[in-house]
Amino acid sequence: MLTVDGLFTEYASAGGDTVKAAQDVSFTVDEGQLFTLLGPSGCGKTTTLRSIAGLERPRQGSITVNDRVVYSSSAGVFVSPNQRGFGMVFQSYAIWPHMNVFQNAAFPLEVGGRRYSRQEIRDNVMQVLTAVQLDQLADRNATTLSGGQQQRLALARALVMKPALLLLDEPLSNLDAKLREKMRFELKRLQRELKITTVYVTHDQGEALALSHEIAVMHEGRIQQIGSPRDIYERPATRFVADFVGSSNFIDGTVTGAAATPDGCVVVRTEIGDVTVRSLQSLVADERVGVSVRPEDVELTEDRPAGGNVWEGRVDQKVFLGEAVEFQVKVGARTLLSRRHPTLRTKIGDAIFVQLDPEKCVVLKVA
Amino acid sequence: MSAAIPKEVVSQPVGDARGFDWKWIVIGACVAFTVYIAVIPLGFLFWQSFRTPQTAAVDSVFTVANYATAYGSSDTWRLFWTSMQFASGTALFAFVLGTALAWMNERTNTPFKSVFFALAVIPLIIPGILFTVAWILLASPQIGIINLVMQNWLGLEEPPFDIYSLRGMIWVDGLHYSPMAFLLMSAAFRAMDPSLEESATMSGANIFQVARRVTLRLTWPAIVATILILFVRAIESFEVPALLGLPAGIEVFTSAIYQAVHRYPSQVGLASAYAVALLLITTGGVYWVSKLSGRGSQYATMTGKGFRPRQIDLGGWRWVTAAIFVVYFLLIVVLPFAVLLWSSFQRFYAVPSMEALQNLTLDSYRFILDYPNLTRTIWNSVVLAVSTATIVMLVTSVICWIVVKTSIPGRWLLDGMASLPIVFPGLVLGLAIMVFYLNVDIGVYGTIWIMLIAYVTRFMPYGLRYTTTSMVQIHKELEESAAMSGASWGTTFRRIILPLLKPGLLAGWIYVMIVSIRELSTSILLYSPDTQVMSIVIWELWENGQYVELSALGVLFIIALFVLVLIAQWLGRKYGVKE
Repeated sequence: MLTVDGLFTEYASAGGDTVKAAQDVSFTVDEGQLFTLLGPSGCGKTTTLRSIAGLERPRQGSITVNDRVVYSSSAGVFVSPNQRGFGMVFQSYAIWPHMNVFQNAAFPLEVGGRRYSRQEIRDNVMQVLTAVQLDQLADRNATTLSGGQQQRLALARALVMKPALLLLDEPLSNLDAKLREKMRFELKRLQRELKITTVYVTHDQGEALALSHEIAVMHEGRIQQIGSPRDIYERPATRFVADFVGSSNFIDGTVTGAAATPDGCVVVRTEIGDVTVRSLQSLVADERVGVSVRPEDVELTEDRPAGGNVWEGRVDQKVFLGEAVEFQVKVGARTLLSRRHPTLRTKIGDAIFVQLDPEKCVVLKVA
Repeated sequence: MSAAIPKEVVSQPVGDARGFDWKWIVIGACVAFTVYIAVIPLGFLFWQSFRTPQTAAVDSVFTVANYATAYGSSDTWRLFWTSMQFASGTALFAFVLGTALAWMNERTNTPFKSVFFALAVIPLIIPGILFTVAWILLASPQIGIINLVMQNWLGLEEPPFDIYSLRGMIWVDGLHYSPMAFLLMSAAFRAMDPSLEESATMSGANIFQVARRVTLRLTWPAIVATILILFVRAIESFEVPALLGLPAGIEVFTSAIYQAVHRYPSQVGLASAYAVALLLITTGGVYWVSKLSGRGSQYATMTGKGFRPRQIDLGGWRWVTAAIFVVYFLLIVVLPFAVLLWSSFQRFYAVPSMEALQNLTLDSYRFILDYPNLTRTIWNSVVLAVSTATIVMLVTSVICWIVVKTSIPGRWLLDGMASLPIVFPGLVLGLAIMVFYLNVDIGVYGTIWIMLIAYVTRFMPYGLRYTTTSMVQIHKELEESAAMSGASWGTTFRRIILPLLKPGLLAGWIYVMIVSIRELSTSILLYSPDTQVMSIVIWELWENGQYVELSALGVLFIIALFVLVLIAQWLGRKYGVKE
């Protein structure tokens, strides 16, 4: 459906330097999928989205939507944004303050290439306003809307012309935490119902994991990993991905000489001792690697558990978070972070046993 | 979001291959217009300053004699010295007065001060020439009412005030510009976050230490900028030097330029040489102001929070400050208007007395209403003001869009060119345009078109300031979302940008219209009998010594302007102009 191939976008910063915003970005999004570009500020995700929209002019690469080339450096094609027919929701929502709710939503039908009759405009707008539950407020002045309503109006305006592609630029980041959670479900429901192909930009990993069919994690202009939310979370490809999506314990070490066991397990020699991990990658002896373990996968027990991968440690710090307790456990000189159910009430300074499931330990190659 | 994206990324890349894009036609036209209107007259002025005077018999040739005459003689240095004295005296007087009033208004509990703030804008409406004439009627040694009253009461032999002196000039011009100082300094006081002062107090500083080490340091850029603006305004002011200075033989640059043009044969080259000097001074001033305001933002005194600064309780002194406001208002509005009103009901000008009271007459009003071409004059003024305001606001909205919202290379140059006329003193601009259209005969010289061109040039920077202030507040995404909705550039500009700019456009339109209608110093070199405007008629009546008729016209003019401003404000409020 959407194919972005070898995209490079650069622009001059205020200081006159060239900012390499998107570097060799390639991905495809299938019909009806929600694809997320995830990354920290300045990673190039918004620039990539704006390049798809046509609001930035890339230097190189190509962008194709439904076999229609909207940008290609080799063919010299650049379709201006108003000819692309994509819907977009901006971070600020960009609701026009001089128009009411209806007029805002009707604008795309009035200015587009296709002519609509008054009745068609009315029907289409009311339909889309109903879908976002704003039909009651059609005559309200746009400036009197709350943040959540503005967000829904921006969405309605982007959807009213039945766009081939929906682009969302951090649409939830201006809402307060409670509303953000609600709108996240709202957005997901709407996207799944309408089956509209969507590219979503966010820096919030929770949003990305909750909404997406597929996620691309970006860093310094480049895509680090593309995969399903579960893939990204459970099998991060790089240390950056493991660190940015969720939090992780990183334990550096070297692969011991022994070749992989038949079940795919490898022993990594680290500062806390030998850690048995399961790896699907081919590793060679003495290779330097990092082992990444999610805090929720660091098992803690007061009595020594059965099985391998067990170390004795001492509780160093505890943070009570309500639904969980975070333990900082010292194993030798190393501190491991573990997230446990609040029923575990081991006191600070007491001994505790740490166990790691080889399945949950991810080996990251050191670049 | 990816915060690395600066505001000025290319807003909308060039349209696709569907041929021809209106955007570039409009942009091109506006750029060409700006270059033509702002740069060319300046170039001609320089060129003319190197030419000998042209008469019927002798052609003009290249010379440096103008500069030699202008800068070789000790007269010029006296001229320079007098101009400096006049301008700095005026600037300082206006500044001290305006700042004291602003401080009283913003930071003390003076009673009724909100009323004074509203009234402080009224003097801006009164045209400079009428204000000057009114003060002649008040303080001239021969007929000045204040002088005569003081002599009567105190039994003085000599009149105590002489308005025809450098001090008199500084008094009148300083009073006239003090509302401007008041508004600028009020804004500076208001923009300062009081928590900056409060944290100094909490650190143990007393009120003087706070004032010296925090308040003054923070408002310093605003103080210097205000004084510089007042200085530039004073050095280019024409009415006061012409009406008060020339009779007493006190010449400054502006009056010298006027006299050089009105000599026979007309010394345009000499006038141009003076004008170039004047231009250098004003350019320097404006340059420093812009440097300072650039620095000012780094002081970041704005917080945007809706705070109310703590006010100093003056105790019993607050009645003194209230009295100062009253006296100020008397000096700047009530007395000038009252004296014009009085004189307008006389047959011949007479000082108020019981005897004169019996001779009240409406003759002067009859004279004015029967004045030849009065309707024509009013029509000229109104048409010029309305067209100037409309053209200026439309052109500057496109220019400002290019400057603020695009990354077209060289856009700063466009901004610079459109702002360039701000350094032209009115008289110099009139001279430059006169010289240009005398040499390039495209049939506008002596018509109303030359006046229109001059007004548009002169007031373009003001319009640009209004549109820029509004334009930077329009979030880029408002425009981009229109593009994503499928709107072309023209549609976006018409349906999104212009409506959102409307409050700024309207406020700017009103301002430009009012300053156009009061304009004198540019028009005075460009008008012809057919293209007289209101301020020119006042000037002519003055030259003819028809004081009572002038007063009658002045009274009507001020009332009309006042009504105009009220209507404009009402319209503004109705269509959402934020004050």
